[in-house]
Amino acid sequence: MTLQALTYLVVGGSFVLYIVIAIWSRAHNTGDFYIAGKTVSPLANGMATAADWMSAASFISMAGLIAFQGYDGSVYLMGWTGGYVLLALFLAPYLRKFGKFTVPEFIAERYYSKTARIVAVICLIFVSFTYVAGQMRGVGIVFSRFLEVDVEVGLIVGMAIVFFYAVLGGMKGITYTQVAQYCVLIFAYTVPAIFIALQITGNAIPQLAFGSEVSGSGVGLLDKLDEIVTSLGFSQYTDGSKSTIDVFCITLALMVGTAGLPHIIVRFFTVPKVRDARASAGYALFFIAILYTTAPAVGAMARYNLLNTVQPGPVGAADGNLLIDSRPDWMRNWERTGLVRIDDRNGDGRIQYYEDKNVAFQGTADSYGWQGNELTVDRDIMVLANPEIAGLPNWVIALVAAGAIAAALSTAAGLLLVISASIRRAGSPRLWHLLLVSRRHRCSR
Amino acid sequence: MSPENRAAYWRANLRLLLACMLVWFTCSYGFGILLVDQLNAIRIGGFRLGFWFAQQGSIYIFILLIFFYAWRMNHLDQKFDVHED
Repeated sequence: MTLQALTYLVVGGSFVLYIVIAIWSRAHNTGDFYIAGKTVSPLANGMATAADWMSAASFISMAGLIAFQGYDGSVYLMGWTGGYVLLALFLAPYLRKFGKFTVPEFIAERYYSKTARIVAVICLIFVSFTYVAGQMRGVGIVFSRFLEVDVEVGLIVGMAIVFFYAVLGGMKGITYTQVAQYCVLIFAYTVPAIFIALQITGNAIPQLAFGSEVSGSGVGLLDKLDEIVTSLGFSQYTDGSKSTIDVFCITLALMVGTAGLPHIIVRFFTVPKVRDARASAGYALFFIAILYTTAPAVGAMARYNLLNTVQPGPVGAADGNLLIDSRPDWMRNWERTGLVRIDDRNGDGRIQYYEDKNVAFQGTADSYGWQGNELTVDRDIMVLANPEIAGLPNWVIALVAAGAIAAALSTAAGLLLVISASIRRAGSPRLWHLLLVSRRHRCSR
Repeated sequence: MSPENRAAYWRANLRLLLACMLVWFTCSYGFGILLVDQLNAIRIGGFRLGFWFAQQGSIYIFILLIFFYAWRMNHLDQKFDVHED
C-alpha cells in the first residue's frame, strides 16, 4: 500500500474512533456539557488533560526546536512543565474549591465585579483564538504533506471533526475523546523514538539512549553531536548560544503563560472531589512527561541523523558531503512543500550544511571552498520527517501523521469548549448588552 | 472551623507551598540554568549533569512534586477536618 493510502486509512480510522466515542459519551444535561457532570475519574481526567495541554506545538514543533537549539531548547521543556506545576499548585485546587464552571465566573465573584468578568472573557477569547489558530495550522501542515491536499481543505476538515464532537458531546464527549487522542498521540510519538533509539544506540528507551554511546563507536551520542556541530561552526549542542539571563527570562515567561491556560484550568472542575483534582494534576503531568522527556532525545537523534545524512564523510574533504543527485527521498518530498530548501551556492553538486553566520568559522569555511550554507530545514518538520529520515516503515509515518492531528484536535476542542462556556455562562446576551449599551450611553452623553 | 483553626490551616498550606516552590526553583532555575556550567563538569553516564537537569531531571522532579503536594494537602485536609468524604 502506498504511504498516502496508508495515511488516509490511519488518520481516517482515528477520526471514526473519535466520533464513535463522542456519540457514546454525549452530554445529556448542562453539567455534562460544561464539566462532564463531575464524574470523570482522576486517571482518565489526567490523560484528557495531557492531550488537552499538549498541542501541535508540543507534538510537531518542540523536538525540532530542541534539535536545532540544543541546550537552549530546554526553555520549552522546563518552561512548559514548570508552568504546569504553578497551575496545579496555585490555581487549580482553589478554583476547584470555589465551585464555578469557568474562570471569568470565578473572577466576577471574587472581585464582585461584572466589568472584571467581561475583561476576563475578552482575555480568554483573545488567548484561546490565537491558540486555536496555531493548532489549525498544525493540522493544515500534516494534511498538506501526507494527504497532499491544500492547507485550507485540511483546516476545514479538522474544524468540522472538532465541531461535530464538541457540539455533540460537550465536555464529557471531549474528555473521553481526548483520552483516546492521548493514546494515539503518545503511541505515535514514542514508537518512532524507540525505533530510532535502537538504530543509533541499541538502547530501546529514548530517555536513556539519549545518554548512551553511539553503537560501535564507543563515543556518547551527546559528545559525538557536540563534536560534529562544533566542527561545522554551530554552537555546542549541550551548551547552546543564549546567555544565562535570556534562558532564565524566557523560561519564566513560558512558565507564567502556561500557568494561565484557561482550557487546562477548567479541566480540574470535571472530577468529583478536590482530592481527585490534586491526583489528576499529578497523573496529567506524568502523562505529559512521557512525551516531554522523549522529545529532547528525539531532538538530539534527529539532529544526529540529519548531520550524518548531509555529512557522511570527514568535514572539509572534497567528497565529505552528500551529492545532491543522490539525496534521499524524504528531502525530495519535503522540498515540494517548500519546508526544505537546497541551494548549491558553490556549484560543486554537493550539499554543505554549516553555520555561515558564525564569523569565527568563516576562515575555515573559505579554506574548504564553501560559499554559504546550502541546506535550509524548517524546524517544524523534524518530528514529522524523523521516521522518513531514519528509514522506518510507512505505517510508522502514517501513525505520526495521525498523532500530530490528535494533538492538534484535542487542544482545539478544549479551547473551543472553554470559549463557548465562558461566553454562554457569562450570559452572552448580558455581556453584549453591557458592552453595547454602555457604549451607546457614553455616546449619547 | 474556628478562626484559629482556619488560620493554622492556611499557615500550614502556605508552608507546604513554600517548600514545594523551593524545590521547583532549585531543580529548574537553579540546577538547569544558573548552575548549569558548574554541574556540567560532573558527568552521569553520557550526560553532563546540568544539561540532564535542564532536559530531563527537572521534569521528573516536577511530577514527584505534584504528587507530594497532593499527598500532603490531603493529609492536611484530614487533619483539619475539611476533607470532602
